[in-house]
Amino acid sequence: MKGPANFERVDSGGSVELRFTGNLSLACIGDLPERLAGVKGPVAQVDLHNIERIDTVGAWLVHRFAREHQAEIVGLQPDEAHLIEQVAAAECPIEKPRAQAGLVPRVLGEVGDAVVIAGRTLYGLLGFLGATLIAFWNVATHPSRFRFNATVHRFEIVGVTALAIIGLMSFLIGIVIAQQGAVQLRQFGAEIYTINLVGRLTLRELGVLMTAIMVAGRSGSAFAAQIGTMKLTEEVDAMRTIGVSPMEALVLPRMIAVVLMMPLLAFYSSLIGMIGGCLLCWIALDIPPITFIMKIREVVPMTDLWICLIKAPVFGVIIALAGCFQGMQVEGDAEQVGSRTTAAVVQAIFLVIVLDAFFAVFFSGIGWK
Amino acid sequence: MSPRPPKSEIIITVSGLKNGFGDSLVHDGLDLEVRRGEILGVVGGSGTGKSVLMRSIIGLQTPLSGEIHVFGESTIGRDETEATDVRKRWGILFQGGALFSTLTVAENVQVPLKEFYPGLDQQLLDEIAAYKVVMSGLPADAAPKYPAELSGGMKKRAGLARALALDPELLFLDEPTAGLDPIGAAAFDELTQSLQKTLGLTVFLITHDLDTLYAICDRVAVLADKKVIAVGTIPELLALDHPWIQEYFNGPRGRAAVAGRARHEAKTAHEDQV
Repeated sequence: MKGPANFERVDSGGSVELRFTGNLSLACIGDLPERLAGVKGPVAQVDLHNIERIDTVGAWLVHRFAREHQAEIVGLQPDEAHLIEQVAAAECPIEKPRAQAGLVPRVLGEVGDAVVIAGRTLYGLLGFLGATLIAFWNVATHPSRFRFNATVHRFEIVGVTALAIIGLMSFLIGIVIAQQGAVQLRQFGAEIYTINLVGRLTLRELGVLMTAIMVAGRSGSAFAAQIGTMKLTEEVDAMRTIGVSPMEALVLPRMIAVVLMMPLLAFYSSLIGMIGGCLLCWIALDIPPITFIMKIREVVPMTDLWICLIKAPVFGVIIALAGCFQGMQVEGDAEQVGSRTTAAVVQAIFLVIVLDAFFAVFFSGIGWK
Repeated sequence: MSPRPPKSEIIITVSGLKNGFGDSLVHDGLDLEVRRGEILGVVGGSGTGKSVLMRSIIGLQTPLSGEIHVFGESTIGRDETEATDVRKRWGILFQGGALFSTLTVAENVQVPLKEFYPGLDQQLLDEIAAYKVVMSGLPADAAPKYPAELSGGMKKRAGLARALALDPELLFLDEPTAGLDPIGAAAFDELTQSLQKTLGLTVFLITHDLDTLYAICDRVAVLADKKVIAVGTIPELLALDHPWIQEYFNGPRGRAAVAGRARHEAKTAHEDQV
């Protein structure tokens, strides 16, 4: 019963008529649009007496054809006429999103946008740091508003649950440093300096840096996604209207948790890194652990520990700041949660490395070599 | 209200449906039939599983047991290739619109068209998307916008435009008028009814909106006690003395809807006379 849509051209006394048959619906139109476009010359009438069914796509094609050829549509049932009327009433010019510019203007435009966004982000981060400090001051002057449970809960999520992965990572990095160092230093017969390398590098640089990268990936991203989702579901707005400051309830516990956990994790990471190095020295270089420990005490100055413990909380501030700031910037749709989370991690790691370079120069400058 | 056809084809059959999450059962032995060409309203208190019923029928939720047939084919346990034939014939409007957020409204409407009819040329696709958008009650300049730029009501209309993209025979609407202003809701009702008349649609309509029920539904199915406790026209339902049904239709809001309907009909009759 369901015949494909078809039409035939009938010339009767100078005027041309198109007679449609079959099923004028989306599933059955086939190549009808192309064939209709191929009809030339004036057409006086479009006859729909013999069609089986018509849907909006069929109605649209008939309407468009009739309009282009100024033809009259005849042979409609009342419902079908109504359908064509409705489709005709809904006709509107097609609007497309703004066309894309050429390659050069587009690249220039995107570079410009990126610079503006980078500037705004830095400005926003500074503002957010200020807001966090104000919230901290408010809580410090009204200690009853401090969210103790929320903060301790964050300690667990940021600190305790990260122990295993950070430990494993640091252990492997300690082994890699010792192994690579031993290979190079053996050329000078100076394998014993592998201990200096492992001890100073893990404590001064790698322990805290790798911890910061891991915490940015684990916790910074989680902060952005959690707060971003809460923004989308209007939880943050609800908090504000109840009189709970999101800065105090959401940002401060996370910030405090990361700032307090980072030194602990960084120290732990350095220690495990040294254990990894110690193990390799024992196996590959036949340096017994007791010698390794004695030597570490000689060659690693206390200032290296201080450097580790000073850098860690600063990196923590940056990670928490980037995560919470990007989370609070989420607006509109779910896609933003993803892009803001990415931005939080990238910015945190980038800023941590930039700051680490400054620290390196600074500490050398003040004589902590 | 269009008169009910005396002997009509059944296009959705649900029998002995059992659904549950964890320990709690949502449906237990639910039966329902939807006839071709009708607008069936589905009502029920919050948490009675109206949306779960819809998700079961369209195959998004696998029931614990029971049989569901749409267009005479079972929707449970079939493979994907068989499912496409049925999917071409229905359109679904989800509660929040469920628009694809990375595509514009016009592109959203074109997704099902491109998926099922890859042969259509872009010009025709654009034209179809444009008139569908306007038919769904959106302004023409909404077509190139992204869902994030639309209000909640506009998202719903855009969702309807996408649901109607394939000119389906069967339309599922999940609370289409919730969150719309009364004028918008009335326009939505009229739109649904006119589409149902012109396209011969069958509509499965989940709603809390009593005005919608009175205005456009041919029959109403009431969900309570984990099953469909009654199906029928509103007068038929009113004749039953189930406490929930009585409270639903005879509560203050139910009476207000009846009064509003009566006023509307009196006004139309008056205008017709003039």
